[in-house]
Amino acid sequence: MKTFTLGGIHPKGNKLSAQAPIEIFPIPEKVYIMVTQHLGAPSTVIVNKGDRVKVGTLVAKADAFICANVHSSVSGIVEKIDEINDASGYRKSTIIIKVENDEWEENIDRSTNLNRECKLNSKEIVQRIKDSGIVGLGGATFPTHVKYMVPEGKKADFLIINGVECEPYLTSDHAIMLEKAEEIMIGIEILMKALGSKKAMIGIEKNKPDAIKKMQEIASKYNKIEIYPLKVKYPQGAEKQLIKALTGREVPSGKLPIEVGCVVNNIGTALAVYEAVQKNKPLIERVVTVSGKSVKKPSNLRVRIGTPCQLLIDHAGGIPEDTGKIISGGPMMGKALRSPEMPVTKGTSGILLMTEKESKREASSMCIRCAKCVNACPMGLEPYLLQMYVESLRFEDAENHKIMDCIECGSCQYTCPANRELLDYIRVGKSKVGAMMRSRTRK
Amino acid sequence: MITLILYSLLALSLIGLISAVILYFVSQKFKVIEDPKIDEITELLPAANCGGCGYAGCRNFAEAIVRQGNLDNIHCPVGGNSLVKLIAPILGIEAQESEPQVAVIRCNGSKENAPSKAIYDSVQTCSFAHALFAGENGCPNGCLGCGDCVVSCKFDAMYMDETTGLPVIITDNCVACGACVKACPRNIIELRNKGKKDRRIYVDCINKEKGAVALKNCTVTCIGCGKCVKVCPFDAITLINNLAYIDDEKCKLCRKCAPVCPTGAIIEIGFPPRKENVETASNEEKA
Repeated sequence: MKTFTLGGIHPKGNKLSAQAPIEIFPIPEKVYIMVTQHLGAPSTVIVNKGDRVKVGTLVAKADAFICANVHSSVSGIVEKIDEINDASGYRKSTIIIKVENDEWEENIDRSTNLNRECKLNSKEIVQRIKDSGIVGLGGATFPTHVKYMVPEGKKADFLIINGVECEPYLTSDHAIMLEKAEEIMIGIEILMKALGSKKAMIGIEKNKPDAIKKMQEIASKYNKIEIYPLKVKYPQGAEKQLIKALTGREVPSGKLPIEVGCVVNNIGTALAVYEAVQKNKPLIERVVTVSGKSVKKPSNLRVRIGTPCQLLIDHAGGIPEDTGKIISGGPMMGKALRSPEMPVTKGTSGILLMTEKESKREASSMCIRCAKCVNACPMGLEPYLLQMYVESLRFEDAENHKIMDCIECGSCQYTCPANRELLDYIRVGKSKVGAMMRSRTRK
Repeated sequence: MITLILYSLLALSLIGLISAVILYFVSQKFKVIEDPKIDEITELLPAANCGGCGYAGCRNFAEAIVRQGNLDNIHCPVGGNSLVKLIAPILGIEAQESEPQVAVIRCNGSKENAPSKAIYDSVQTCSFAHALFAGENGCPNGCLGCGDCVVSCKFDAMYMDETTGLPVIITDNCVACGACVKACPRNIIELRNKGKKDRRIYVDCINKEKGAVALKNCTVTCIGCGKCVKVCPFDAITLINNLAYIDDEKCKLCRKCAPVCPTGAIIEIGFPPRKENVETASNEEKA
């Protein structure tokens, strides 16, 4: 069984909601659609206060290269365009829509029948993906169409689909694979057509045997798609680690996967592509896992983008008393929310309610030079060294020791017996070194 | 035995002699002619190498002065006017006094005024906290309270007040080198004129949010109402992006603005306590 070679850790899976089917979450009274839900340049709002919108109406337009369209996820009236707190507490531009009925744009096919045939050519598919505002649904929210604009002279041999879901607790991809396997396969075929690649590989960790079985069953009908069960190891769902695990190829430092002939997409993205291309449905909803050790009903919910997280938590039984942190995303890479009123965005893969005990940080002490972090780092970096460089403001040295290669998976901090805040410092260093490099290119 | 010592002595003295001759000629050949003024001025400088003047250290500062030949646009904030008086005769120019400055912290979001709504338990570094989130009290422009400025101060002029959670500047120690201004990721600290008799008036807030939004996080925020702008007789106050700013060059310290501020965001420092009738007088004037 395959896996990546360098580093990695084994956190407890805690997949509490693995057996929960996907529930359709009711449409809320009001949705808060953030204008910038992706990685890259901000989009431009094209609706005004008082405008009437339908499900699927374009509300914010992408006008830069790395940028994504945003669509209304409900029908109703634009109440206002205001700034609301995002997860960090900084205020971000948001479109607030008051819901009235559930009217969809006419060109969206709402039927559930499978539509296998795709008549569009490669360019048209990429354009459709771009128009539908699809971004990577694994959590990084990188605009998908950009990955499919393969630079000249490069060829994508493999399309790699990420069904690993290595983050503990999260089960949204797992649930999708169980319920929408057929659609995912068609989505993958469409993506392969757009890319012109000959083979698609789906990596699934073996802690999801039911998903592997179901996917293998369906993939047997498609001769170009293969399922690879993988050993359980974090962070296998990271792009570069998954490529290494499946193909044995290594992405060079500072380069993109296309350098080694691979394009990586998430399971959820493949499903979104199927819906966008075959059903004309833009990215207006996603599956969110609501979980946590003391949550009454851990569940997988299909939610309209812009629904306040509070409603989802209420649905799962409310905020338990011993909650210490509410996290958007997984426990390893997710971000703590300031308040549960924050809306669901395209990148919200899960909402975790961590207990006081789980979320408390132990006091950190001196580095004891055990090198556990070096062994755990999947990128082959030396986290203890980078941390010390950043602490003593030696950013040039940090750059020379490849601080920018860090994927911020948090394995080093997880494994540190002295509870040192390794990743925290490395993140500071990355932002400083990044700024340094940008100012150099400007000169 | 004796001969061995004798030989070694002779050989070593010979080597020494030859090296001395070589070194003499080399030093003549590569002689660096340096202005003696540089050494003279370096002697006078504080030798703190704080970088407040904009040069890497005191020696570089001295070199820059001598190269320039005058003291225009170049100033040692630590030495101040007394230093200028000493340096000017060396350069053969007349000393010109400049207004002494001091750092002020333009945030009053203490634990009482802006209560915490979240707990921050990561690295106690402002630059990191700033990149990560808006702050424990929710104000996206206010002081984060991790003390990057205190760490940056080389003159023991700052400390962290545990009860308020805000840094405090010890005016007597502050030399206005500007290290804290650079250290603060939110540009809260500003160098302002020290003012006559150490008296200063300034807006103790840099929040550019709309008043209603800002008040949710902090009770002493500037809400951009513009009352101070109207009452100022010297046009010293400007209102940009919901934030009032008092220009310390224009301000005559008349104290009319502070009482009209509805949130108490304008701070007076070093003044005698206000008499009752002063306040009523200013109110009458406004009416």
